[in-house]
Amino acid sequence: MNIVRNHILISIDAGTIMSGARAVEDALIKELTKYGLDKEISVLETGSLGITGRGVVLVVYPEGIYYANVTAKDVPELVEEHLLKGRPLKRLILTEAPKRTIIIKEKTGLLKEQPRIVLKNCGFINPENIDEYIAAGGYEAIAKALQTMTPVDVVNEVKESGLLGRGGAGFPTGLKWEFAIKTPGDEKFVICNADEGEPGTFKDRLILEGDPHKLIEGMLIAGYAIKATVGFVYIRGEYSLSIERIEKAIADARAYGLLGKNILESSFNFDIFVKKGAGAYICGEETALIESLEGKRGHPRNKPPFPINAGLWGKPTLVNNVETLANVPEIIRNGAAWYKGYGTEKCSGTKVYTILGHVATPGLIETQMGTTLKEIIFEYGGGIKDGKAFKGALIGGAAGAFIGSEMLDVKMDFINLREYAAALGSGAILVMNEETDMVDMLKSVLHFFKHESCGHCVPCRLGTAKLVDIIDRFALSKGKRKDIDDLIDITQVMKGASFCPLGQSVSLPVSSALKYFRDEFMARVS
Amino acid sequence: MTREEILKKYDPSLDNILYILHDLQDNNPQHYIAKEDIEACANYLNIPYSYIRGVVTFYSMFSLQPRGRYIIRLCESPPCHLMGSESLLEYLKKRLKVNIGETTGDGVFTLELTSCLGICGVAPAMMINEEMVGNLTPEKVDAILEERRQTS
Repeated sequence: MNIVRNHILISIDAGTIMSGARAVEDALIKELTKYGLDKEISVLETGSLGITGRGVVLVVYPEGIYYANVTAKDVPELVEEHLLKGRPLKRLILTEAPKRTIIIKEKTGLLKEQPRIVLKNCGFINPENIDEYIAAGGYEAIAKALQTMTPVDVVNEVKESGLLGRGGAGFPTGLKWEFAIKTPGDEKFVICNADEGEPGTFKDRLILEGDPHKLIEGMLIAGYAIKATVGFVYIRGEYSLSIERIEKAIADARAYGLLGKNILESSFNFDIFVKKGAGAYICGEETALIESLEGKRGHPRNKPPFPINAGLWGKPTLVNNVETLANVPEIIRNGAAWYKGYGTEKCSGTKVYTILGHVATPGLIETQMGTTLKEIIFEYGGGIKDGKAFKGALIGGAAGAFIGSEMLDVKMDFINLREYAAALGSGAILVMNEETDMVDMLKSVLHFFKHESCGHCVPCRLGTAKLVDIIDRFALSKGKRKDIDDLIDITQVMKGASFCPLGQSVSLPVSSALKYFRDEFMARVS
Repeated sequence: MTREEILKKYDPSLDNILYILHDLQDNNPQHYIAKEDIEACANYLNIPYSYIRGVVTFYSMFSLQPRGRYIIRLCESPPCHLMGSESLLEYLKKRLKVNIGETTGDGVFTLELTSCLGICGVAPAMMINEEMVGNLTPEKVDAILEERRQTS
């Protein structure tokens, strides 16, 4: 048996691949082989290390030294200096990171520790290796559920944990599962909604790329709890690496008998299939997703009946988001009481955020529910880039809310933000500095909605077009006084009369932009 | 691969339609779904031509028009917009001498817009065929276009 003295974990995700991660990996293996070090130093692929915009990122263990912006040309020097001579290559070091945390503030060297539940394995295990997931405690939760819990026990545990759906709406997951278990039916389905399209959101992609088995385990537990035998993962067509990784993970789980018949020698049968979308934001809405999965245009359905009563092919169907399902194995393994130790009273657990825009270190973080926006932006995100001042943020994606600096101290969770007429949504935080033109930002949001309106219902189809006409006038400083009232009126009608949440949610960005940045709109009235 | 070979990969069940259409489009060097593709798909699944066409036109990744060898899909969602995608769009239009949805005269590039690609950490970003590129600047765009032109 080989004794491995160093592990090099190289992040292979959509972001690093585009910076040449594959070439760096090849160069590393070649160079290590040249020195005969290939037996004692292993190169492992892993998912995102949570650092974006820093080119190829890798970490050398056991030292835990992070390197960023590594190119294939740097590899000979890196191998010779660090791995042969034991002198870390200072010019490429991002920072030093202790234990299981990711580095956020490389400038000051201060480290902000993150409680990690969902992203526990991301960046630490090879997502393409099922053994590593198992070694990290993977599939223990489904074993525990199958051997020691009844489906009702599982549902009660999830209910007790207080987990709220992480897709955007924040509906209690346990309650949804309880409806599913109470709905009669011989055949039920579990669908994982991985049609992540909310602008600024890529948490689900990084879970799929970084720890796909966690999702499979979450779906297995959901299937066992509601007595379903088939699951589908509906992934947007643009996420090619996610599709590749989850397909491999499913095949490996089948080979290990973790999917298929009589799982872990129980009487439980369950299998998962991947379905690929083709570019439509509306398919993130659960009933539109089901239509698309059935092979139709992705138009939303009337509700009720809810999918839980009549979903895929008219059968009872549970639809949960990727992040929601990724929380489940840890809840079952450690218990609801443990999970409730994180987060706030009304909103337990952690939330994965993407921090973007004018921040020093854009990226992905996981932190407890109830963390303030100020902490997220200034501690995790490293503050505003280039020493500029904070002006506002768009939280929760296009269907989210604009906020101004007066909201920085508000605690972020699903329930609390609702009280401030804002929304946590998908967890995207788009930060804007003092130079940002808010009229222009709202313009971008409204153009997005016009493009993505599916055309099924009149309020949304015509409403989004009319909103774009108005905002384009403001952008040219030709707004009229009446236009501001019209913006509000149109979105209020859309909120009440649109067929699905897409049209209903446009009122949030519009009313919040006008609430916090009304002056800027008034200044564009001719 | 022939059309028949692609179709045979999947059961003739309606829920496979997006996979079939993706494959038919990818198989076409001009990256589009031709009338013959729709006909073949309609026959195989035993559903009307109009139904398939309806599905094709609903999803933004499918095209009924022939496209260039490289499809540039620039993200126009708020995170990329904030980081300057609008000026990049103007730059791309000028460089390629095309409007949105058009293909260059030599058939190499088609310029399209897309909604969020989920790589917002490196905004502004775009996709060229299957490849994602981020942290775009006019200089970087020039280098990418030049490289693709050389290899085509």
